[in-house]
Amino acid sequence: MTVIRLFEQESERQYKRARIGGYCHLAIGQEAATVGVVAAMGPEDLLLSSYRSHGFALAKGVPATTVMAELFGRQDGCAAGRGGSMHLLDPEHNYFGGWGIVAGQLPIAAGMALAAVKQGKELAVVCELGDGAVNMGAWHESLNLAAVWRLPVLFTVFNNGYGMGTRVDQSNAEPEIFKRAAAFRMPGERVDGQDVEATHQAAAALLERARKERQPAVLEVMTYRLRGHSVADAGTAYRTKEEVAEWAEKRDPIALVTERLIAAGATAEELDAIQRDAQREVDEAVAFAEASPMPDPSTLADFVYGDPETGRQFSRMAPGSPAGEAAVLAQLEQAA
Amino acid sequence: MATTASGIETMTYREALRLALREELERDPSVFLMGEEIGVFQGSYKVTAGLYDDFGPERIMETPISEEGFVGAAVGAAMAGQRPVVEIMTINFILVAMDQVVNHAAKVRYMFGGKVGCPLVIRTPNGAGNQLTAQHSQSFEGWFAHVPGLKVVAPATPADARGLLKSAIRDDDPVLVIENLQLYKAKGEVDTSVDGAVEIGRAAIAREGGDLTMVAHSFAVTRCLHVAERLQAEHGISAEVVDLRSLRPLDMETVAASVAKTNRALCVEEGWASYGVTAEVASRISLACFDDLDAPVGRVGMAEVPMPYAKSLEDAALPHEEKILIAALEVCGA
Repeated sequence: MTVIRLFEQESERQYKRARIGGYCHLAIGQEAATVGVVAAMGPEDLLLSSYRSHGFALAKGVPATTVMAELFGRQDGCAAGRGGSMHLLDPEHNYFGGWGIVAGQLPIAAGMALAAVKQGKELAVVCELGDGAVNMGAWHESLNLAAVWRLPVLFTVFNNGYGMGTRVDQSNAEPEIFKRAAAFRMPGERVDGQDVEATHQAAAALLERARKERQPAVLEVMTYRLRGHSVADAGTAYRTKEEVAEWAEKRDPIALVTERLIAAGATAEELDAIQRDAQREVDEAVAFAEASPMPDPSTLADFVYGDPETGRQFSRMAPGSPAGEAAVLAQLEQAA
Repeated sequence: MATTASGIETMTYREALRLALREELERDPSVFLMGEEIGVFQGSYKVTAGLYDDFGPERIMETPISEEGFVGAAVGAAMAGQRPVVEIMTINFILVAMDQVVNHAAKVRYMFGGKVGCPLVIRTPNGAGNQLTAQHSQSFEGWFAHVPGLKVVAPATPADARGLLKSAIRDDDPVLVIENLQLYKAKGEVDTSVDGAVEIGRAAIAREGGDLTMVAHSFAVTRCLHVAERLQAEHGISAEVVDLRSLRPLDMETVAASVAKTNRALCVEEGWASYGVTAEVASRISLACFDDLDAPVGRVGMAEVPMPYAKSLEDAALPHEEKILIAALEVCGA
C-alpha cells in the first residue's frame, strides 16, 4: 500500500514535470481496496483492471521499474512504451491489462475464465471495474455470460463515489451496485474498501467459490479517490473540499492500516522501514525509467501483428503498410 | 458433394466453409466455435450444420444474443491460448460488438508491447439481394480493413472459402472472414486431397484478359466474371478479373501488374463506394500505375441509399451487372 501511495505521488510529480504524458489516473486513496483484492488472489489467478491501473500492476508484482518506465514511455516499460499509464500489462505476473474503454475489459475477463475452464485449470479471474462501468451494456452482457456459462470471474466494482464527476446516485437507478448481481443469480456483496483486511476477507471467500464451484460474483468495494479523476481534474468541481478533507483525515487507508499495525504492536522503527523501503523502490523505479531509452522510431510498426509471415504479406501493400512506413521512417532519418 | 477419384470435389461455398471448420476442429483441440444458433439450430445459414453433433457443446458453443459479450469473451479466450472462431449471424449485427473488435481485439498485441496476442477469427456474411432491407443488407468489410491490427479476407470461391478460413484460424492475429449471403449456395471445385490453406494477402487472377482490369472481392467477383463474358461476347473487350481475396493486407502487386498490362481499371464492390474498398484500391492504382493508365480508374458500388424493400428499388440499388457493364465500357472509352 505504501509503495502504491508513494509511487502515485511520484507519478503526479513526474506528470507535472512533463515526463509522463497522456491521461494519468491516480489511485491515491484506493490502496487498501487494491491491495485487499489482489492479496486474496492465488498465484494462478488472473487480473484485469480498468485504466486506473498503476496500483493493480504494483500489487500484482509487476516491478515498479518497468511500470514507471512505461509511464515515461520508455523502451523497457512493461508494454514496451506502447501502452502508457492506462495499458500496463505483464503476463508473467498474471496481470492482463489496464484497459481504456469503460467496461471493455469485462467480456474479455469472462473469456479468459472460459479459456481456463476449457484448459481444466482451477483458477479465478478478477475483473476490476469502476462504478461508472455498471451502466454499460458490456456489464450486463458479461455478467449474464459468466452466469449462464458458470465462469470463475469475480467482478470487483471499485465504487469511489463518482464516475468522473457524476455521483453514483445520480447515474444509477440502483446505487447499491452489489444488488444488481441478483439479476444474474450470483452472489453480490459490499465491503469497506478502506479496510484492507475486510476487503481481503471478502475477496478471498468469493474467489474460493469461483475456483471450486465456478461461481461468478460481484464484490462492490467502497472506496474514495483523494485526487481528481485524472491528473487533469482538480477533483473539486463536483464535490466539496470538506468531503475530500474528511476522507483524507478519517478514512485514509494508509493511516487506518498504520493505526492497526501500531495497535498490534508494530514499532516506529518497523513502520519507518516500510516507508524507507517503499521510497527506495520508487526512487529506483524513477532512476530505471530515466535510464531507459525512448523506443526507436524504426520499431514503430513492431507488434501490430505477430506472425512472421505478416511483414511479407504487408510488403505487397506499400505504401501505407507497416513495411511502407518503415521505408518512410528510414528516409526521414536519412534526411535528418 | 460430388467426389471424383482425384480428390477434386464439387461443393458449395457453405460446404467448403464447413469442411474447413471440421478439419481445423479435428487438427487443433484449442479451436472452438462460438455464435448464435450454431449448434442445435445448425447455424442460421447452416454453415455449421452437423458440427454440434460431432464435436459437442463445448467445441460448438451456442451463445445468447449478446455480440459484444461473446466477441469480447472470444478476445479473452484467444489471449489465454484458445483459438475461438466466432460466427456473427450477419455483418449487420457486428456493429454492437465494434468496440470489442476495433478497440480491443485489434489493439491487444500492440498496446501491450507484443506480450500477448489475440488469435481470433470472426466469420460473418455481408451482402444484399434478398429483400432484407436497410438493416440486414450491408457490407462493412472496408470498415475493418481500415484498422491496423486486424486482417480481413473475403473469399469469392469455395476453394478460397476453405483455404482462407483455414489460414485465418491458424493466424496468430485477429482475422475477419467476410462471407456472403449470395455465395453460400455457389458451387466450385475443392481439392480435398490436399490441405488447401490459402495464404492471406495474396490476390488471384480469376479471369485473364488484356484490355481492362476489373478488381473486386467476394460476390462482386462473380458479377465481374459475368460482365467480362458479356464484354467479350458483345463488345470484343478482353477483361481481366482480379479477385482481391484479402483486403488487409491488400495485394497491390498483383493488381498493379494487371493494370500495367491492361492500362485500364474498374473497381467494384457490393457496399457503398464512398470511403469504401474501391476508394482505397483506386487510390493505390492511381499512385502505383499513374503512367500506365489510359483512363481514370472507374468505380461501382451500391447506390448511396439505405437498402429499400421493394424489389424494383432493391434492384436499382444493387451494383448489378448492367451498372458494371456501363462503367466498364466508359473506362474502355467504348
